[in-house]
Amino acid sequence: MVTGRRSSGQAGRPAAPAGETATGRAREVAASVADPELPMLTLADLGVLRDVREEPGGGVTVTITPTYTGCPAVEAMRDDLRARLLREGFTGVEVRVVLDPPWTSDWISASGRRKLEAAGVAPPGPAPRRAPGPVPLTLGPRPPGRGVRCPRCGSGDTAELSPFGATACKALWRCRACAEPFERFKEI
Amino acid sequence: MSHTSDNALHAIIEATGDLGFRDPLAGVDSRLPEGAAPADLAAYCLMLGDDALVMSHRLQQWCTRAPELEEEVALANIALDLLGQARLLLSRAAQIRNGAGDAGRGTAEGAAAGRWDEDRLAFFRDAAGFRNVRFAEAPHDDFAHAMVRLLVFSAWRLALLDRLSSSRDPVLAAVAAKGVKEVAYHRDHAAGWTVRLGDGTELSHLRAQRAWDAVLPEAAELLHVHEVEGRLAAAGVAADPSTARGELEDVLARVAEAATLRHRPPGRAPDGGTGRYGVHTPELDSLLAELQEVARAHPEATW
Ligand SMILES: [Zn+2]
Repeated sequence: MVTGRRSSGQAGRPAAPAGETATGRAREVAASVADPELPMLTLADLGVLRDVREEPGGGVTVTITPTYTGCPAVEAMRDDLRARLLREGFTGVEVRVVLDPPWTSDWISASGRRKLEAAGVAPPGPAPRRAPGPVPLTLGPRPPGRGVRCPRCGSGDTAELSPFGATACKALWRCRACAEPFERFKEI
Repeated sequence: MSHTSDNALHAIIEATGDLGFRDPLAGVDSRLPEGAAPADLAAYCLMLGDDALVMSHRLQQWCTRAPELEEEVALANIALDLLGQARLLLSRAAQIRNGAGDAGRGTAEGAAAGRWDEDRLAFFRDAAGFRNVRFAEAPHDDFAHAMVRLLVFSAWRLALLDRLSSSRDPVLAAVAAKGVKEVAYHRDHAAGWTVRLGDGTELSHLRAQRAWDAVLPEAAELLHVHEVEGRLAAAGVAADPSTARGELEDVLARVAEAATLRHRPPGRAPDGGTGRYGVHTPELDSLLAELQEVARAHPEATW
């Protein structure tokens, strides 16, 4: 199920009421589709599912948003959503992409965060808030991992190895207590 | 931002069933802002898209050549972000150009007569048709050079995208708002390496200084204002590059100081004859020969 937080007005319009309707069932199906790159998360967990609605004239319109501009997973998400909904008996399935407002890691659900951690990926902290003015320059190493717990041993003694990882959304970190590297979902 | 169901792309998707799955702008609100000439807006999207495409390709050339595995991954990620921005911007340029007075629109004759799309723009234009800044096409002599060039490019692009995120063109604004988050990472990454190399060993300092001295004089080009940029900036659609000078100079001065590098700020912007006018260095020809080789050898291929 899409959370009310995201679907209510983020795209500039109120969410359609969920319930025993076809829209409600379409939402459940769409929300349960797995992310192609992070299969432990559903699209709803990741917060990329913006809206699911049944059109008055029939058909279902699903609205998603990409995590990163170059994210190659978007096309797979579109195909997967379409295929799943068609298989569940929906017709006239259309998948739209909205770029605005841009996705933020704050939209990852609480259950999504738990699933990430269980899979060895440290969940993101709160996305940075911009003060007015130019984007501030971060010089030198990023601040050591205050609050970033190692997903293997739970230690907070962690450090960033590289802000770029195996996918656009993850950074490489390591734990100084158990000496293991781990991935961390980036805050954006 | 609201979304209408009556835009041209939806009509194409509904008519063909799957064409939209290949267009990165499928399902995105495509309306044009008032007060901006469509030809100007298409030209502007081409400029910003070509900057990203060409810089992305230069960074991709580091694959298998970066000094360490983590850096290889980092540069590939940065290149992918820029490629994503290029796809959206070139698609926007094509969408506007096709929609504005293309008589053959939606017909087989129209396709034969040359409707644009992102692939056609990326793979079937010659260098003179590219509108990227020359700054983006220069080859990287060594890793220090790559990091200094990426620093200057990202600091400049970040300042532009930040301004563009309030553009009156909804697609540009959305692409920019997303790009700001990405390019901020790129800039900080390059800044970190510049400091590490400049304030490192004697040899790394020497090479970082050499890179700085080679790259910084070229930065003046980035602050030139093409007449299209000037007109669109006045209409609230584009970012005026000359307004980015203060921010760019501030970032570069701070990085140079932390990196113990001798710094000279970018000089006066050239009056014209830059990459924005299709005036390029021979390096762009060789870059495009590589970038376009497969598509031109197999023009009927699809992916
Ligand atoms: Zn640990």
